[in-house]
Amino acid sequence: MNTRTRPFIRLLQYAALTGFLVFLAFPLVWMVSTAFKTPQEIVSLHPTLIPKHPTLSNFTMALEESSLVRAGVNSLLVAISTALVTVLVSLPASYALVRYRTWLRKVSLGWILVSQIFPQILIVIPLFMIMKQFQLLNSLVGLVLVYLVWALPFTLWMLQGYVRAIPPELEQAAAVDGAGKVRTLVSVVLPLLAPGLVATSMFTFIISWNEFFLALVFLQNPDLNTLPLALARFIGAEGAVRLGPLAAGSLLATLPGLVFFAILQRRLTSGLMSGSVKG
Amino acid sequence: MGLTSTTERPDTSKQPRSRGSRQRQRQRREAYLLLVPALIPVLIFSVYPLLNGIYLGFTDSRAGLNRTTHFTGFENYVRLLQNSMFWESFKIGLVWAFGVTAIQFLLALGLALLLNQRLRMRWLVRTLALVPWAMPSVIVAIMWRLVYHPDAGLLNDVLTRMHLIDENINWLADFSFALPAVIVVGVWAGMPQTTVTLLAGLQGVPSELHEAGAVDGATAWQRFWHVTLPQLRPVIVAITSLDFVWNFNSFGLVYVLTEGGPGGKTMLPMLFAYNEGFEYGNFGYAAAMGNAMVVLIIGLMAFYLWTRMREAE
Repeated sequence: MNTRTRPFIRLLQYAALTGFLVFLAFPLVWMVSTAFKTPQEIVSLHPTLIPKHPTLSNFTMALEESSLVRAGVNSLLVAISTALVTVLVSLPASYALVRYRTWLRKVSLGWILVSQIFPQILIVIPLFMIMKQFQLLNSLVGLVLVYLVWALPFTLWMLQGYVRAIPPELEQAAAVDGAGKVRTLVSVVLPLLAPGLVATSMFTFIISWNEFFLALVFLQNPDLNTLPLALARFIGAEGAVRLGPLAAGSLLATLPGLVFFAILQRRLTSGLMSGSVKG
Repeated sequence: MGLTSTTERPDTSKQPRSRGSRQRQRQRREAYLLLVPALIPVLIFSVYPLLNGIYLGFTDSRAGLNRTTHFTGFENYVRLLQNSMFWESFKIGLVWAFGVTAIQFLLALGLALLLNQRLRMRWLVRTLALVPWAMPSVIVAIMWRLVYHPDAGLLNDVLTRMHLIDENINWLADFSFALPAVIVVGVWAGMPQTTVTLLAGLQGVPSELHEAGAVDGATAWQRFWHVTLPQLRPVIVAITSLDFVWNFNSFGLVYVLTEGGPGGKTMLPMLFAYNEGFEYGNFGYAAAMGNAMVVLIIGLMAFYLWTRMREAE
């Protein structure tokens, strides 16, 4: 990095960077632009990137679409519950996997890998039968249960990284001072893990807010649609012609994930990588 | 913060103290107690269904009440072998997975190398490169449907203005353009993970190696080829294998973009199996397709990792 780069090479680098910028940004800009356009402008022969007569009517129309609003509420309920339940369940588990030598440590690692390799169709068919038996099909509670198990590999992976970062000496010191195991966990480990818990629950919120396939299989009642389901059904039906509200609704549905992701970004890129990549 | 103190710390804490077996037993009980809340749901809703799913692939299970399921051995697979539509979909899945993974890797490597330089506007591109990660795949698909839209789309307009095409193309409904168009979307959607991983790998390459190369008069290209790339190899192998598996098993993106159309030209194996299972209710047959996919993935992965290992030696 100390070597000087020749001006010609620099130029090429900037050209390439601009190319990436265009590829990455244009679809996004186009969706934002469509969301602010009038219906006439959307279908005009020579569309422009910046709307000539920007309007908010697409957003009000999307919000008047009762199916989308209900789906938003459903998604919010599911994502929040999944985040809470998953983190609650994976907190003790990831602590145990880091601090205790047990054969389950290797097994859990194997399971995390296997869960990535096997196509979801293999799990989903028997799961469909089980959920039917428990009468958890077409139920948001059922979906949260499914999401819990689906998100666990990620949260276990993430949280273990945070647990490992806590020096065991702190716990030993607390034990020497006479604190019991439970007391040590609550008053020493938990506060130190707080940032990790927040990050992990945000991450879980995002992935369950975005999830589509499992929702498609386990929710058939349109009243229970989550946002991705509702939007996918909307584009299959009237959304194909009402592009403005479709773009506006999609934009709104992206926001929660984006906001959380912006907060998480640094943590996620450094944290996940330090756990997984050891060159 | 406490990095120096940890290295100087006497190593006594790491040595297992001689514990009585009673204490070890208590420890084990503690560990199990902490693990149980995660273990039970995983066993019921993941491990059991997975094993059962593999088994269902050898039965004639169908959706619906009051049906008895029979073990049919390899009958499903004999049928699969004769099912040319499934093999067509398998081929499409391989083209898609290889295409997306390879293009994605090359682009992401280029981007990571650029982001590793001190360039202006780097922060903007870095932020943009992460956005797809935060987006639901359904919305990525909707967004690209707006771009590919035959009448109101950005792509047709740009190409017309550049006089590259005379009339608007319906990209996602065209027999020859649909699969490439879908692959572009797949590349876009998967850029973040690949770029971030490769960037992290690049930052792990010790700069002394580069400086030594520069002192020896190696050109930038030579340093990239002989220093950076070999150092990056483990990261590259890991991320390309993961990408391949994810892409081969992907569903939502293409489902919303084309639903497998036109005429099955973008029918990925997962879409095919989903239709078989949940449109037609042939659970056993769909599970058999899932098994076929796993066997293929594991085979390809084993081959890939084996060749990489041999190359490394």
